Amino acid sequence: MTKSTALPSRFERWFASKGWQARDHQLEMLAAARAGEDALLIAPTGGGKTLGGFLPSLVDLADMISNSSATRPYALHTLYLSPLKALSVDVARNLTLPADEMELGVRIETRTGDTPASKKKRQRERPPDILLTTPEQLALFVASPNAERYFCDLKRIIIDEIHALAPQKRGDLLSLGLATLNQWAPQACRAGLSATVADEGGLARWLVPQTNSKAARFARIIHGRPGPRPEIEILDSAERIPWAGHSGRHAFGEVYERIKASKMVLVFVNTRAQAEFTFQELWRMNEDGLAIALHHGSLAPEQRRKVEAAMAAGNIKAVVCTSTLDLGIDWGDVDLVIQMGAPKGSARLIQRLGRSNHRLDEPSKALLAPTNRFEHLECQAASEAVAQNKLDGEPLTTGCLDVLAQHVMGRACGEAIAADALYDEIGHAAPYSDMSRMEFDRVFDLAATGGYALASYDRFRRMIKGKDGLWRARDARTAQRHRMNVGTIVESEMVHVRLGGKRMGRRLGQIEAWFIEQLTPGDTFLFAGQVLRFEAMSESDAIVSRTSDDTPKIPSYQGGKFPLSTYLAARVREITHDRSEWPKLPAQVREWLELQGQASRLPQANELLVETFPRAARYYLVCYPFEGRLAHQTLGMLLTRRLERMRMRPMGFVANEYALAVWGLQDLSGVDMNALFDEDMLGDDLDSWLAESPLMKRTFKTCAIIAGLIERRFPGHEKTARQVTFSTDLIYDVLRRHDADHVLLQAARNDAATGLMDVRRLGQALARIKGHIVTEHLTRISPLALPVMLEIGKEAVYGEGHESILADASDALISEAMKQ
Amino acid sequence: MTQAVSNTGDSPWSLHGVAVTPDINGALFCHDARALIVADLHFEKGSAYAQRGQLLPPYDTGATLKRLSDAIARYQPKTVIALGDSFHDLRADGRMAESDADTLVSLVRSVSDWVWIVGNHDPVPPPRFGGRVLPDIQLGRLTLRHEPTEGPVPGEIAGHLHPCAKVRGKGRSVRARCFATDGTRMVMPAFGAFTGGLNVCDPAFSPIFAARPDAWIIGAQDIYAVKGRRLVPQA
Repeated sequence: MTKSTALPSRFERWFASKGWQARDHQLEMLAAARAGEDALLIAPTGGGKTLGGFLPSLVDLADMISNSSATRPYALHTLYLSPLKALSVDVARNLTLPADEMELGVRIETRTGDTPASKKKRQRERPPDILLTTPEQLALFVASPNAERYFCDLKRIIIDEIHALAPQKRGDLLSLGLATLNQWAPQACRAGLSATVADEGGLARWLVPQTNSKAARFARIIHGRPGPRPEIEILDSAERIPWAGHSGRHAFGEVYERIKASKMVLVFVNTRAQAEFTFQELWRMNEDGLAIALHHGSLAPEQRRKVEAAMAAGNIKAVVCTSTLDLGIDWGDVDLVIQMGAPKGSARLIQRLGRSNHRLDEPSKALLAPTNRFEHLECQAASEAVAQNKLDGEPLTTGCLDVLAQHVMGRACGEAIAADALYDEIGHAAPYSDMSRMEFDRVFDLAATGGYALASYDRFRRMIKGKDGLWRARDARTAQRHRMNVGTIVESEMVHVRLGGKRMGRRLGQIEAWFIEQLTPGDTFLFAGQVLRFEAMSESDAIVSRTSDDTPKIPSYQGGKFPLSTYLAARVREITHDRSEWPKLPAQVREWLELQGQASRLPQANELLVETFPRAARYYLVCYPFEGRLAHQTLGMLLTRRLERMRMRPMGFVANEYALAVWGLQDLSGVDMNALFDEDMLGDDLDSWLAESPLMKRTFKTCAIIAGLIERRFPGHEKTARQVTFSTDLIYDVLRRHDADHVLLQAARNDAATGLMDVRRLGQALARIKGHIVTEHLTRISPLALPVMLEIGKEAVYGEGHESILADASDALISEAMKQ
Repeated sequence: MTQAVSNTGDSPWSLHGVAVTPDINGALFCHDARALIVADLHFEKGSAYAQRGQLLPPYDTGATLKRLSDAIARYQPKTVIALGDSFHDLRADGRMAESDADTLVSLVRSVSDWVWIVGNHDPVPPPRFGGRVLPDIQLGRLTLRHEPTEGPVPGEIAGHLHPCAKVRGKGRSVRARCFATDGTRMVMPAFGAFTGGLNVCDPAFSPIFAARPDAWIIGAQDIYAVKGRRLVPQA
């Protein structure tokens, strides 16, 4: 142990008293901090990451406090940022404990959206030594007056769960906030805490202030000791594995037996609907009365806290949960993690595996339970990737324009700024380090006046340049409105679910407004672990009553929202055609692939297989890109437009993770597939589809809200979004027609590349298969097509189908009229 | 059912026995009177929000004028009747771009008779745009005013409520502007580019229609007549 990693004796004694030893990576973090180096700690969960992040702060503070008087001044030493509100609270507990036990006298406090105003005020006046808070609170600081003084003595910044933050818009906003802190407190050293990821270098760069020169700067990367390889088993069910669907029902019996045989199990599912269904089914077979709980983001917070507390106390046998339980919380004695359905990415699977067994020396145990035959291939690919430590993950992209607009406005609300200085400042944030001055000016203009070609809004500008050449918010009211709307999380409109009856009962949680909108009074649905009957809407509450019904009338879509990752997709393609891989697969899955080889052919890794066949007075075209449901949906939209122009009269399409099926009234076997799948569909066809696509409009709306063009909350109108009397769809239309180059449209198109429409992935796929299309003209449906064909009728999509819905409704009028 | 523009009044649509044609832009053409009716233009709504801090695109007035101009070119009416809330607020005129103001002046001049109907709380259109200002007007069997009257008023055409209709089918729903009518009276859709809408099932419509009205729904390519009982409320 060198001087740089030497622990003060008080700390050594504390470790010893616990029977622990400081780990190598924790000492390395200490050395890095002492050398003034930014450091990125990459370690699996349970590896002492939190302490690794805080140790340098505690050591430094212990030294400082012991050398000062009893009435030492209040100054912020360390700022800790994490994405989850509860995490900060939890970490405070874990941090406060050693600080108290060592009697360091360190002042530690948290600050979140829930912190009362009086406490926030006191925190501003008398800062703690260590402040635990969220990225949104940092954005609020940036947008408040006199913040520079608050941070000028800052010594350290710790960013937790950096792998979860950096790739999102939230990470963009945080990165800009850090660039501001770098301006105010250039001496502050940064530490990032991350789970294991593919792109370590990307994160190491993201963490650190960049410079004007072309050379990128990186943090020192420190690796925690990896735990032993997880033991992953794929359930080889004795039951018949379904062809399609995601319910997992066939596997529940076996899952239940595993729960019985374990100490505490986490059952991860991909969606809330799946969580509700799985929870209900497990209870149906729960003859042993095992303590099985439910945990997902839409449940009322009190309910979630109850489950979390019971887990920590060891009173729970199993928790059925979604990704809300994903982030770093340390949960007691989980000895088995069951993943229902495919994990969608190897990195995601590894992070979930981190949940089990916090004694790092023993391997985590995981059981993957595929819910249909194709998912077996996904699970196989995922478990192999984990065994080989092959992590996937999309590379970090450049920063979003709408987020920058919000930050620019925030800076002007906080203190007077010069445009040149601000451009320089944001260049220190990695996602924005390559931004041109011209683009920055466009975004600046967006924040100040809306950025319109028409200059008529000069008098309404939100930011004003003073005689000193500096920019400020127009007035205090404008600044206040900005602060009320800070953040990048734009949730779909949610509605509270409340038990009704003679007296208003308690709130059970929140559910998406679009789901409630489908219901008529009397419909039953599954939520919070029970079958509820929808009674009525009352303001923003959906009033429900309990029923003794076993099965809900209204099903919910159970597939996940994340598509299969590109890495896993490639692996699955390989497994599919390489017979030497098949012995690992269950007999039912092998048989499926065998039949496909006989009836048609197996898709090769670098080609696109297209099959055509007739069935029941319709003609089908099924292709197998293996690019994930989102990219396939986009492809489906574009193909049907093309087919329509070719006068092939397409009627609809349906997509799943690996295939796309299009059908119509005309035989599609004669179509020129090379022309049909040409990359040029991403030009005009894509543009004209984006003009009408509801997905695109939703994306635009999110950008408009984040950029501050449209407020989601304004004073006196906090109730519901429905009170807004204009529609962002109308704004999108008008903007497209009159100002097609508007920067917000640019921002929305950028989002479309990777978001719900996955356009970039589609583009890469089309380039890859160009000239490699293989067609099979069949006389009947192929085995490989079966799963996607079974989706038909569950979710028919054509264009957006609006016109045909209206036509149907009015045809009813005609037939009614004809009956007279 | 598609558009049929003819002067013989040979239209499949009628209101209170009068042949009319609903236009996909949201206007209504009365064949006998050769009158084109538009409601709730809300000029300068975008800039009204901009003044209060939400910088909506300043193109709504221009977009509304373009559609209005298209409709006038298509039907060649003798009279144009703007059925109230033509200007979003009192200061709308002061915020209007010169080019838009000029366009409006020419548009009014291009038609023999331009009528601005004003409701009780309506800003009166500035005189510089021309046209005549009235609280209501009679068109044969039809009476036109801004705010719909409570109780049965056969032959009334009004605006103000911005009706929208929602229909379900194929596992999802569609919501669009519509002409709300029971065959004898009608509430017009809002013509203005940024105007939102109120579902016809909303209680605001109950004093006007005894039962849920039918809706002539404006789709992307056509107008669809849908019976009241097939319409669903906004949740």
